Amino acid sequence: MAAMIETRGLRKSVGPTRVLDGVDLAVPEGSVLALLGPNGAGKTTMVNVLATLLRPDGGQALVGGVDVVRQPERARTLFSLTGQYAALDELLTGRENLVLMARLAHLPRAAVGPRAAELLDAFDLTDAADRLVRTYSGGMRRRLDLAVSLLTRPRVIFLDEPTTGLDPRSRADLWEVIRGVVREGTTVLLTTQYLEEADALADRIAVLDRGSVVAEGTAAELKRRVGSAHLELELVDGRVERLATDGSVGDARRLLALVEAEDRPVAHWRLATPTLDDVFLTLTGAHVPGAEPGAARASDDPGRRASAPLQEVAR
Amino acid sequence: MTATTIDRPAVSGAVAGAATAARDTWALIGRTLRRSLRTPDTLIMGIALPVMIMAMFVYVFGGAIDTGMQYVDYVVPGIVLLCAGYGASTTAVGVATDMTGGLMNRFRSLPMRPAAVLTGHVVESMVRNVVSTVLVVGVALAAGFRPTAGLGGWLAVAGVVALYVLALTWVAVCIGVVASTPEAASGFSFVIMFVPYVSSAFVQPETMPRVLELVARYQPVTPVTDTVRAWLTGAGEAQPWVALAWCAGVFLVARVGAVVLFRRRAG
Ligand SMILES: Nc1ncnc2c1ncn2[C@@H]1O[C@H](COP(=O)(O)OP(=O)(O)OP(=O)(O)O)[C@@H](O)[C@H]1O
Ligand SMILES: [Mg+2]
Repeated sequence: MAAMIETRGLRKSVGPTRVLDGVDLAVPEGSVLALLGPNGAGKTTMVNVLATLLRPDGGQALVGGVDVVRQPERARTLFSLTGQYAALDELLTGRENLVLMARLAHLPRAAVGPRAAELLDAFDLTDAADRLVRTYSGGMRRRLDLAVSLLTRPRVIFLDEPTTGLDPRSRADLWEVIRGVVREGTTVLLTTQYLEEADALADRIAVLDRGSVVAEGTAAELKRRVGSAHLELELVDGRVERLATDGSVGDARRLLALVEAEDRPVAHWRLATPTLDDVFLTLTGAHVPGAEPGAARASDDPGRRASAPLQEVAR
Repeated sequence: MTATTIDRPAVSGAVAGAATAARDTWALIGRTLRRSLRTPDTLIMGIALPVMIMAMFVYVFGGAIDTGMQYVDYVVPGIVLLCAGYGASTTAVGVATDMTGGLMNRFRSLPMRPAAVLTGHVVESMVRNVVSTVLVVGVALAAGFRPTAGLGGWLAVAGVVALYVLALTWVAVCIGVVASTPEAASGFSFVIMFVPYVSSAFVQPETMPRVLELVARYQPVTPVTDTVRAWLTGAGEAQPWVALAWCAGVFLVARVGAVVLFRRRAG
């Protein structure tokens, strides 16, 4: 299958800093690639180069087979960009923003109004359509920003941290919207700092760290790189028993056998699977004091819980 | 070319040509005019400030200034230009806001010429200045301004003032493009407010100390003011060619400069 987005040895320096240091990526048509990386990894730079906003120092970037450096105008007709910061006119209404951008994207005149209305409806913004964007909440802005990007039904969409700053509910809503776009066959490159977001949306994940891709693969492939799942059982006195597991009932029984003789109650049971957090920390060399892959960090971040209740996973 | 497996209906973008470029500009003019209507304080300030300054000069200082004519008739042309200058200079803030916000990235990633955004601001400035200038002239008439010009004179004055506004607006655009923040750009309007004080707008340059007199005589506001005053009231000497040369020169330099600076900043 042809790659819709492709970069080869992409380099970009800002002053002495190598922001992109030879990035190779290929995103097949109709798939979703998540570019995962910590602050300052070069995600925005990567997106801006692909979106013709920045000139790379070296290497090649193609969108839909079009070289973005040599033919920026043509490339711009193939993709649209939803940047890290909302690109909306605060003094226009939601509908006016859509209409303006539709006209600037050269939609046929007759299609502008209906397309704007259609998107307002799809993004649940019809009630707020004629209010100034200045009065919109963060989630509404994000949705409108994405709606603007979809006006022309682009074949490729770049989303730079689409859900940063959104509450869990708005985030879930936006994920649904993005999934809808993907179902229509659009190729998506999204950047995120949230591992669960990459896990939820992406077909493949590229981990970007200090300008280089340090790992690439499906979520499952990446997780496999940092070891297996553990069963873990903690008694009230703090005694912990751990056992590597493939998820079978036999492993659960073996763990129970280890504490059979005890008459103290069990404080925690859990199945600790490696998470993308672990992948991320392992690959980018970041350190969380006292953390060991898999289990230990699970309890201190309920938002990205590494463990699942035993009964759910063990079937 | 890459194969596409999905049906893309009629709504797909097209690369900009000359006709579409005109349509882009038109859409962006609509945008700035809408924004203008929604920030009426810019227009209100653009009228209130000149009116207050006019009131102060006519009723407070005017009696003490001898210009050989009714002071209100002497000062109103200067006030009109002060109004126009101030109105034009506020464009710097609008441009700077666009340059520093995320919106410019959107414009730049669309198949359009991003510099058309600047044209939108310039047209908005022209329209806003027509409104504020007409209102300020109306107030001046109520305050006792008695011009003697006929229709031809008024039209000629409108032309000179329009060129003055156009030139200053492009200077404001340059400031807006290079300013690091909208706040920094707003300083420009203060500078522009002060330029008319050292000209023939409020007092005759002959009454100034030697150095200031030279500044006043050879800066652009003086020939423009003198021309407007002569054409409206018949007093003094019109210097239309000097005025036009100044305005056209400033316009050309600022117009070219704005595009160059814009390319450098936002390519
Ligand atoms: N114009 C610039 N001037 C100086 N440094 C820059 C510039 N643009 C980017 N950088 C540097 O390049 C690096 C990568 O920046 P980039 O914005 O691409 O990171 P990011 O992965 O998007 O980060 P974040 O998650 O914070 O958005 C950072 O170290 C940043 O300081
Ligand atoms: Mg970023």
